[in-house]
Amino acid sequence: MSEGRPRSQTIAVIGAGIAGVTAAVEVAETGYDVVLLEKGPSLGGRVTRLNRYFPKLCHPTCGLEINYRRIKENPRLKVITMAEVQGVSGSRGNYSLTVKTRPRYVNANCTACGACSEVAETEVTDPFNYGLSRVKAAYLPHEHAFPMRFVVAPEVIGTPEAEKIKAACKYGAVDLDEVEETFELSAGAVIWATGWRPYDAAKIEVYGYKDCPDIINNVELERLANHDGPTGGRILRPSDGEPAKKVAFIQCAGSRDINHLPYCSMICCLASLKHAAYLREQYADAEVDIYYIDIRAHDKMSAFYDRIRNDPQVNFIKSKPGHIVAGEDGRPLVCGERTIEREIYRNPYDLVVLATGMVPSLGANFTAPADLEKDEYGFVLPSVADDGGQFSAGVASGPIDVALSTQSATAAALKAIQAVRAG
Amino acid sequence: MDRKPGVYLCEGCGIAEAVSVDDLEQVASGELKVPACKRHAAFCSEEGVALIAKDIESGEVNQPIIVACSPRVMTDRFTFPDAQVIRANLREQVIWTQPPGEEDTQALAADNLRMAVAQAKNSDPPVPHGEGGASRKLLVVGGGVSGLTAAREAARMGVEVILVEKGSALGGWARKWSRTIPHRPPYRDPQPNGIGDLIAAVEADPAVTVMTGALVTRTAGGPGDFTVTLSQGGKETSERVGAIVVATGWRGYDIARHEYLGYGTSPDIVTDIEFEELLANGGIKRKSDGAVPSNLAFIIPGDSERMPYSSGVSDRVAIKQALQVIEAVPDAMVYVIYEDLRAHGTAEEFYRQGQEAGIIFQKGRVKSVAADLTVTLDDDLLGQEVPLSGLDMVVLSTGMVPNSTNVDLSPAEEGADQLADDIDPAAPVKVARGNGEDEAEAAETSGNGAAENGAAEEGGEPALPGGPILNLQYRQGPHLPILAHGFADSHFICFPYETRRSGIYTCGPVRRAMTIADSQQDAQGAVLKAIQAMRAADASTALHPRVGDLSFPEFGLDICTKCRRCTVECPFGAIDEQDDGYPVLNATRCRRCGTCMGACPVRTISFKNYSAQMVADMIKAVEVPDEFEEKPRILVFACENDAYPALDMAGINRHRISPYIRIVPVRCLGSVTMLWISTALECGYDGVMLMGCKTGDDYQCHFVKGSGIAQERMAKVGETLKSLALEEERVQVEEVSIADSGRVAELLNSFAGKIDEIGLNPFKGF
Repeated sequence: MSEGRPRSQTIAVIGAGIAGVTAAVEVAETGYDVVLLEKGPSLGGRVTRLNRYFPKLCHPTCGLEINYRRIKENPRLKVITMAEVQGVSGSRGNYSLTVKTRPRYVNANCTACGACSEVAETEVTDPFNYGLSRVKAAYLPHEHAFPMRFVVAPEVIGTPEAEKIKAACKYGAVDLDEVEETFELSAGAVIWATGWRPYDAAKIEVYGYKDCPDIINNVELERLANHDGPTGGRILRPSDGEPAKKVAFIQCAGSRDINHLPYCSMICCLASLKHAAYLREQYADAEVDIYYIDIRAHDKMSAFYDRIRNDPQVNFIKSKPGHIVAGEDGRPLVCGERTIEREIYRNPYDLVVLATGMVPSLGANFTAPADLEKDEYGFVLPSVADDGGQFSAGVASGPIDVALSTQSATAAALKAIQAVRAG
Repeated sequence: MDRKPGVYLCEGCGIAEAVSVDDLEQVASGELKVPACKRHAAFCSEEGVALIAKDIESGEVNQPIIVACSPRVMTDRFTFPDAQVIRANLREQVIWTQPPGEEDTQALAADNLRMAVAQAKNSDPPVPHGEGGASRKLLVVGGGVSGLTAAREAARMGVEVILVEKGSALGGWARKWSRTIPHRPPYRDPQPNGIGDLIAAVEADPAVTVMTGALVTRTAGGPGDFTVTLSQGGKETSERVGAIVVATGWRGYDIARHEYLGYGTSPDIVTDIEFEELLANGGIKRKSDGAVPSNLAFIIPGDSERMPYSSGVSDRVAIKQALQVIEAVPDAMVYVIYEDLRAHGTAEEFYRQGQEAGIIFQKGRVKSVAADLTVTLDDDLLGQEVPLSGLDMVVLSTGMVPNSTNVDLSPAEEGADQLADDIDPAAPVKVARGNGEDEAEAAETSGNGAAENGAAEEGGEPALPGGPILNLQYRQGPHLPILAHGFADSHFICFPYETRRSGIYTCGPVRRAMTIADSQQDAQGAVLKAIQAMRAADASTALHPRVGDLSFPEFGLDICTKCRRCTVECPFGAIDEQDDGYPVLNATRCRRCGTCMGACPVRTISFKNYSAQMVADMIKAVEVPDEFEEKPRILVFACENDAYPALDMAGINRHRISPYIRIVPVRCLGSVTMLWISTALECGYDGVMLMGCKTGDDYQCHFVKGSGIAQERMAKVGETLKSLALEEERVQVEEVSIADSGRVAELLNSFAGKIDEIGLNPFKGF
């Protein structure tokens, strides 16, 4: 073995979204040690911010609750939040991860009693709601946060308010002296489960995302529909808080477009069908238009597609709109030509939802370690060589849905265990 | 072991400000006479934890009853290896939902303490049901890509494998074929399917025993200890295995069912499966005259009946085959006709390759394919029928029908009438009512959704074609449970490998239509779950969703009436019937939901730490005010995975909830026995609400049927209530999700309002 370092049997999982959580739990339950590293203050990643999953329309926190219980009960699994991996060196059996932790300003003494939040006055942008709402500068990330521990926003550090927040805590949990730290973590194998971010809709300039508050993206709609979101679950127009009853979905907003995302993001068709279901459930008189190229109802989702397609208040318009603008009354106008009928349209809506795709979080600047192969989009796969010890799971490995993410995470757990067994 | 309870009253997080801890101490020491009772400003602090640990180490306490926050938090602090920790939720479910300093708030806190002490009095630490010695051998059924991959991956984990293939050779469909859809960058060109190397690797692996021409004729036992009978060449052998991976793959969908596609009217209308064999054998030739075709159309029907069998796999196959045609016959005109081209994910690049290579992609709905190969489209673009003529070959995308049964066998006698609701979750939930009755009900429901397309309507056909793959010797019948369209898949998005037969995992196209690369990944996942199942069996612990749980149901056969409710209602087929009619538990199959306990009319099924008696005593422990106080009491049974966390989150959000509610968490609503309802009403409670998960087609119950069974049972409680001259509305079942933190408060408050309208329970004080 290189450099005579002891071989590590520990598996590091980077990212604690649904894929990372699944991979970590599956590793631990097979009897191997695992360290789960999460950049944010709590686990669950993107799925925690979804209202429901397609096609069952069940709630993501339900499965997470089970997974969190499995984490709590398994001494082999260690969770580190606020931790970002800066680099990985070494080879199978002997990796060294450079991990940087950001301060949470709240230590493990936190009981989540909320006294700090009561005295906080400043409000900061709530990252959990994609900036659609504001939150006190001492906050619990959300109601289902795991670990259930508060965060003090860096914005107030160094102000008298921070001292007030600190003084409010009876348990010595607020630690304003926390600083960024960097440490090395040894691991025998690594699973990248770094997930995705939504494609920046502002880059599709013709779709007016920046110009009109009632043109939003699909992850923002999830927050509007969610009971713990900024509107308490009511789908309202951001501009005036009125119910959004006539809504357009623009498929492939960025995806399948060589100027933006050359690949198909796989989930956006089903997501929009699901969103149509939200609207129809909420407003009996809702009208939904879905502008699409192909409806890609993969897998057994065709039954769900049929269900939505049979709803007379959901229309499918084959067309890629040319542009979306704010009309004279401020309402967004979707303009383009119907591919089939060759008709020019200029349709006003209460709300326009851009079905933006998924961009791998690792991104173009990420330099893949030797035993990973990166494709031109930034997705990573294990290299074809058999002696690697780094694997990928979930959307880090390609644009896939939740069921496929958990499948890939379980498979990655097996491969990582095989790697540490081989040493 | 003697039970030594100790009460630890936490004063932190505002508890001491909202309720009188002195009074609670009085309840613990005075009224309940718990010998050890301590308080601390924050038991989760180092000092607080040390205080509890010291009492445990000294032998003074072995049941710390921590009266503080929800059992869902601070679990890392409040874990003591040699003690049974009981939690009373005073924070999330009392002080965060109630006004401070009120008499009713104090009463609620005291009752939660009383219930926790009653729980402790009826609770013992679980002991393992087995003594280890589980088999570490894996049976893999099916020798195609998925099965071969499973065998190879398991061997890499040091697991011994028996690979059973019913055909004469390994390799499945892939052996007859050559190239597959690309799954690695640049995602552009068909790539070798690698089947030769995979077969060679498995055959050379000393850990894998390959049996071709073999079938599994019988499977008994459970995880860690399955006894499988294997039949090969007329000879039967018996093997003990620890877990089973089913990778029986798929067969082609019978496209002739759709007459308009013209299959069978011309030898030059072929399926994509037939075309794949032509490609592999180097000859793209017409069957009619052996000529090389130069005008081909690949048709991807948008038929929604067929789509679940396709999953977009056939769309990508059409692109691949079209590309291979262009490669072999560069001048050929190649059309791909589709409604929605499902080239999702990075397959968009493959689609792009097809476009660049000159494939003509034509969106449209095929109206007919004539014997002269004229394809007529309902052309979307022109709004009129467009014939596409001059074709010399038409290739139809078929679809992948899962081999969740062995179609070569005649339907199993037992299988034909097996409980349809157990193989098909869309079927209505059935509850046994007593000897014999369930059989009749089961017969009525067989065939629901379990049939392949069309089979049900034709009548007389069995629910499943063919015979069982494993021939399970289970009370619930010999088949693998299936979902709609015959897929032997998990119903859970988050838990793709959770089938309803513990220790048996499916992978590959038997689970859903998938590509070779996808199947290989799937096989890896299934193998890991199989290895975990063997480990869990060895350690006597439960599988998902109660991973690690050591407790299991014990049956007091002395008063068992052989009513068979437990054997019928177990969602996992864990309980069989002995020849004498008594139930017998297969502990390693059991998921510990307690549905059997809820089913048992004579309360003879119990867990060491969860029993009918325990919850009945918790119910009785609550102080029910007499009728003159005019303060109702409402009992809530809350599913601990969804409703209970939702109730906690109602507290986190500081929603106000009626102070008259008393909450008992349950493993699953399926474990709620009628006894608890009657106990509550006898004790003077004014209403009972059951909060469980969604039932029906899109059920969310983690124990599959538990919630539905509870609804069935409670549907009948109305009659009982009426006979007691009590209003039916006093018992309600609500479907609640974990995201209902706001709704649970409304539900409870409106139920409390309704009880107020109905009036108090007339039995109060009797």
